[in-house]
Order: sequence, then structure tokens, then C-alpha cells
Amino acid sequence: MRLNWLQYVNLILMNDIGSHMITLDPVILSRVQFALTVSFHYIFPVFSIGLGLLLVVMEGLYLKTGNETYHKMTHFWVSIFALIFGIGVATGIVMEFQFGTNWSNYSRFVGDVFGSALAAEGLFAFFLESGFLAILLFGWNKVSKLMHFVATVMVALGAHFSAVWIVVANSWQQTPAGFHLVEHNGFMRAEITDFWAMVFNPSSVDRLIHVILGAWVAGAFLVVSVSAYYLLKNRDLDVAKAGIKMGLIVAFISCGLQMLSGHSSAVGVSEHQPAKLAAMEGHYVTSESADLSLFGWVDEKNQKVIGPSIPGGLSFLLYQNFTQPVAALDTIKEENRPPVQITFQSFHLMVGIGIALSGLAALGLFLLWRGTLYKNTLVLLALIFSVILPQVANQAGWVTAEVGRQPWVVYGLLKTKHGISPVVKSGDILFSIILFSSVYLLLFALFIFLLNRKIQKGPDYAMATDAELSPARESAAAGWSQQLAQGEQ
Amino acid sequence: MFPFYEQLDLNLIWFIIVGVLLTGYAVLDGFDLGVGILHLLTKGDTERRLMLNSIGPVWDGNEVWLVTGGGALFAAFPDVYATVFSGFYIPLMLLLVMLIFRAVSIEFRSKEPMPWWRRFWDVSFSVSSLLGALILGVALGNIARGVPLSANREFAGTLLGLFNPYALLVGLTTVSLFAMHASIYVVMKTEGELQAKVRSWIKNTIAIFAIFYVMTTMSTLLYVPQMTEHIRREPLFFVLAILDMLAIAGIPRAIYHGKDFEAFLLSCFNIVCLMALFGLGIFPDLVPAYPSTLSQNSLNIYNAASSSATLGIMLTITLMALPLVLSYTASIYWIFRGKVKLTSKSY
Repeated sequence: MRLNWLQYVNLILMNDIGSHMITLDPVILSRVQFALTVSFHYIFPVFSIGLGLLLVVMEGLYLKTGNETYHKMTHFWVSIFALIFGIGVATGIVMEFQFGTNWSNYSRFVGDVFGSALAAEGLFAFFLESGFLAILLFGWNKVSKLMHFVATVMVALGAHFSAVWIVVANSWQQTPAGFHLVEHNGFMRAEITDFWAMVFNPSSVDRLIHVILGAWVAGAFLVVSVSAYYLLKNRDLDVAKAGIKMGLIVAFISCGLQMLSGHSSAVGVSEHQPAKLAAMEGHYVTSESADLSLFGWVDEKNQKVIGPSIPGGLSFLLYQNFTQPVAALDTIKEENRPPVQITFQSFHLMVGIGIALSGLAALGLFLLWRGTLYKNTLVLLALIFSVILPQVANQAGWVTAEVGRQPWVVYGLLKTKHGISPVVKSGDILFSIILFSSVYLLLFALFIFLLNRKIQKGPDYAMATDAELSPARESAAAGWSQQLAQGEQ
Repeated sequence: MFPFYEQLDLNLIWFIIVGVLLTGYAVLDGFDLGVGILHLLTKGDTERRLMLNSIGPVWDGNEVWLVTGGGALFAAFPDVYATVFSGFYIPLMLLLVMLIFRAVSIEFRSKEPMPWWRRFWDVSFSVSSLLGALILGVALGNIARGVPLSANREFAGTLLGLFNPYALLVGLTTVSLFAMHASIYVVMKTEGELQAKVRSWIKNTIAIFAIFYVMTTMSTLLYVPQMTEHIRREPLFFVLAILDMLAIAGIPRAIYHGKDFEAFLLSCFNIVCLMALFGLGIFPDLVPAYPSTLSQNSLNIYNAASSSATLGIMLTITLMALPLVLSYTASIYWIFRGKVKLTSKSY
């Protein structure tokens, strides 16, 4: 029997994994690809949204006070922003096309509703961002200080607007509204009946605020982390001190608001997506009062959570009443339940990190007020590594939102397995997964390398004028031209 | 939204809007991709940095035209978006990888001084631009020729079939078009030695494009006659083809007289004419079926469209956003007008 290469891969996988039957299912592959490309992309917009806000604060303070520290800070963080934004744009374009390539049935089903939000994102957000970014990066000497500040504000606004439209589109998938189902070319599809009901569907506002605050926390801890590094290394102290203060304040406020937003989001989920809420808490059996798991392991076989919990805690959080039943997974048909373990763990990871970051921001501010932060090596070290936590929490939040919505791609209307592209073969998807994995690994390594170089070169380098830099640059350029000429002879 | 929308053919309007977005992309990102195609022909670090920085502040905004064009296609003609993007799966994935490499090459190249580093990103910038342009052209060629479609309007062809001779010819024509467009752009944006060098290339880039243009036109007349049907039926449209040829002929004259900006405008006009002829050729289809005897399977502006409610809402959104988009695009080009200078903030 002749096997094609895909069957070989299948065979190898099956042998390796033994008794578990693994088949290269196009649904699984498309989901893996989407998860891969969207998670990698999502590292960057959270930073650019959060850093965008901080750039506005920095440059605003510079305009108001004329203090050179803020000027230098702005230059430095704009150069970091450029790197982050560049990779965000490069990986973002994949997202725009991927609905059509891998999820064509989904695209046919939602195009009438979802497409308009996506088009609005392009028209209102991307043009704004990319246009004013040019002034932000290259316009220092071409426009007035005020105009440059306006450009910074516009870029930050653009970054926020892009979140608005994509979160609206995603929220419509969670809690569809403002549409009706119509037959079109023999298929059913959703068509808009009320644009504003679609935009302000039941979960839009809660989720948008949650996403934006998550991005603010990420941006704030990025600034805190680099500033803490400079403080520990005893260099660039002016920029570091201003940065850590600004970052901690924004982080503390955003973390505090995030708790309120998270609560409001959870109440919304319990109302509109009970299956997701039950999975988030591993709540299998409906009873008088629902417990709140602090952490634990879901024993999916025996349908219970192993770990400490607060009796009646979930009922209390949702209804301010310890003895009110909460709909559990037993009210949901088995085939419509989301994977519980992943949803539970990612949700608890997100909440745990949120609490830890609030504590860290509060501790940092307290030490700052006491005047001992700059000497506290341990806390500074913790703050340096803190930058990873908001990233993990943001990713975990999206995993909760998306896995918790399963098996639906559009909640209650279209199952994920029915959304894929019928004409795309498993081998093609596997090929593109391998392609994007390798490209993204390379990009991530380069990102870390260049980010580190920028941090090492520091604010003075970012601020340096042409006159100061040109001797070094000229000699580098001359050496390189020479080598190039030799190489081509 | 507005009552007068009922009297409009919204499907036709959206055909034009998507066309305008993709034409805007071809005109604007065309010279970015072209600069990449020509990049390795320049020598030395300064020349290459000048090439990169000639598009430095604008390439990112230019790419947004493609993103928005894709979004508009999704919103207005979801069945086209679904069928074409899933059908052209592998070429599209490669295009995305090329666009990623193009973006990061520009971003990363001048961040480090090591020669191997810069050489790597120079090659990456050039190859990704060239292949990106080629894939875009091949995709366009396939749409012009017609795409194998099943009765339920799904792609029914093969990967190899997408690289048919006609589509490859259109792909190469696109590469030569963007190279010509960029050579004129670079002359307009630079001065001194680099300008003189690129100026001397223009007659070649025009000649190469002209050869491909004639070949594509002849192949179209011979093998894809349905593309020319509208023009034959309505001779007024032929004026477009004549204007296009006049524009191409006017480019060397303008360059010779040192009117570089005028030459660039003529080159832009050439691309607009070509896209208009393409749109005219496929209308009212968006994806004509191949072979043309199966035209009942074609995706056209009516059977592939969103509801008229959505088309109306999006027209309102577009009418609101368009003045903003045009005003900031124009201001960016105004602020960064004139010859490119290397500064500490440059790529």
C-alpha cells in the first residue's frame, strides 16, 4: 500500500502516542493555527495600547512642564513602541485574512455582521494609527511640539479604536444580537437587523473595558520593568525614577479597575453564557448554593474540582446571596459543554495573576512613598520580571473567553466544527502551521534581541542628535560599504 | 440609513469601493514593493538606507489599504472572501509570510551595524517584496482568467492550476509594473548619485514593463476574450486603454524634461487605468468561473454580496471615514514631501 506523506505523519503520531487515536483533523488543525497566530499577535497590541497611553502621559507632562527628563523618556519609549508596533502590524495582517483562508464557512455565516466591524476597524483605527505613527517616529523635527503630541494622542487613540472594533466583533460571537437568520445560496447566514444592537451586544462593553484595562496593566508593567532594571543597574536614574512612578500609578489604578470590570464581566457571562461560567468554576452540579473555587484540579471523569473553595462564594459574588443556585454544567447538554479543565485553569490563572499584580503595584507604591523602593533589590527584581505576568494573564483571559465558548464559534448558532473551510486540506493547514511557527519563533527571538539592545543602549542613545551620532554611524557605514564592495567583486 | 439609498445600486457601489481600495493599494504599496524589487541593485549602505527611507514613513500606511480592502471584501462580498481566500490557500499563506518579512526587514535592517545582519535583511526585503508582488499578480491573473468553481461556488481547482501560464504572465507583469513605478518614485524622492543611477534605469524598467504589457494584452485577447467583451460592446471604454497608453508614453518624456513628479503621477494614472480595465473586464462578476461555460457558478456582485442593510450601513461608515482617511494620508505625504534625508531617526 502506498501512503502519502500525510498518512505517514499520521502513522508516526499514532505510534508515538500509543493507544490514543490522533488523526489530523482539519478542525483541530485550524484551531491550532488560529490559536497560534492570534496568541502570538496578541503579545504586541496589548503593549502598544498600554504603552500608547503612557506615551500620552509622558509627552503631555513634557509639554506642560518642559522637563527634559520627560522629553528623553518620550524619545526612548517611542523607539520601543516602534519595535512593538512593527511586529504587531506584521503579524496582524495574518488575522485579517485568516477568517477567509481557514474559516470560510464561518466567514459566509458572519460576513454580513462581523465584516462591517472589521471594515470599520480598518477605516477608523488602522489608517489613524499608521498615518500618525509616521509623525510620531520620524516627525520630531518636521512638525511643532504640539503637533507631535497630537500625533501621539492619535496613535494611542487608533490603538484603542482597533481594540474597540475587534472586541465588538468577538463579543458578537459570544452574545449575538441585532441580527436574524436568512437563507442565502442554500446556506443559513446571520444578517444585521440593528447595527447598534450588534455593536452594543450584551457583552461588548464589559469585555472591551476588560481588554483595554488588561492592556494598560501590560503597558504599565513594561515601563515599570525597564525602569526597575535601570534602578538596579544604577543608570539612567532620571528616566527610571519618573518611569517607575508613572508605571506603578497607572498599574495600580488599572489593576483596581480591572477587579471591578472582571466582576461585571463574570456577572454578564453567568447571565448570557451559563455554560462558560460553569466551566470557569468547574461547577458541575446545580445545588442550593454554589461554591467558589480558589484553585484546584478538575477531575473531569468524576465531575468535581479537587481543591479549596469558599462555600456559597460563587452565589454570593454573582447575586450577593450565599444561598442562590447557579446554573451548573448539568443544565447543559453534554455535547454543548466547553472543555472544563482548560477553561477552569486559564480563568483561575488570570484571576490569580490579577491579584498578585495588584499587590505588587500596591507594594511598589508604598515603598515609593516610604522612599525605600530604589534601594530594595528584592522588590526591584520582582518588578523587572513582573512584565511577563500581565502578558500571561491577557493570554489566559482570551483562552477562557474562547475555549469557554466552545463547542460554538458563534454562541448557540454555529458550531466551531462547521465553521472551517471545506476545500482546505489537512496537509495544507499543517504546512501553514509549520510555516508560521518557524517564522514566529524567529520573530520572537529577534524581538527579544532588539528590545534588549534598545534597553541596553538606553534613553541617551534614543535621544541623541544626528551630530552626536554621525561620527560613529559614518564609520560603521563606511566599513560596511567597503566590505560589501569587496564581497561583490 | 438614508432613504435615498433605496434608489442606489449598493452592490455596484461596493464593487467600486472595493475596487478603489485595491487600486489605492496597488498605487501606493506598488512603489513600496517596487523599491524592494530594485533594492539589491543599489550598492553600499547609504544607498540602501536611502531606498528604505524613501518609503520609511509611508509604507505602513500604504499596507493598510490592503488590510482595509480585505476587510471591505469580507463585509461586502463575504462569499468572495470565503471562496477566494480558502481556494488560494497556499499562495495566500506565502503572501502573508512575505508581507511579514517585508515589514520586519524594513524595521530591523538598520537597527544593528553588523554587515551580515544588514545583508540578510537587504536580501529578505528584496525577495519578500518581489515574491509578494508576484503572488498578488498571480492571484489577479487567476481572477481575470476565471477560477474553477463548483456548483456551490467553492473553489474546485488545484494549487498547481493556480500557477497557469496566463496567471504567471500577469504576475510577472505586476512585478515589472511595480519596479517601473518604484524607479520613478525613487527618482522623485532622492537626489545626487543614487538619483542619477536610478534615473538611468528608468528606460529599462519602462521597456521591460512595456514588453510584458503587450504580452499580457495579446494573451488576454487570445485566451481570455471575455475580459474584453465590455470594451468591445461599449467603445467609449476604449478611451481608457488609449489614455493608459498615452500615460505610459508620457513617462519617459516627463523624466527627460526633469518633471519627476509629473512622471510619477502618470505612473499612478497608469495603474489606475489598468485596475479600471481589470474591473471593467470582470464586471459584474467578482470571481468569474473557469471555464466560462460554467458561468452560472460565478460569484458576482449580487449573489456574493451581504444584505442591502449591511451594504447601506457600511456606505454610511465609509462616507464618514473617507474624508478623514484621505486627509491624514494627504497630510502625511505633505509633511514628508521632498527629498529623503538620513537622520538619527531613520531606518
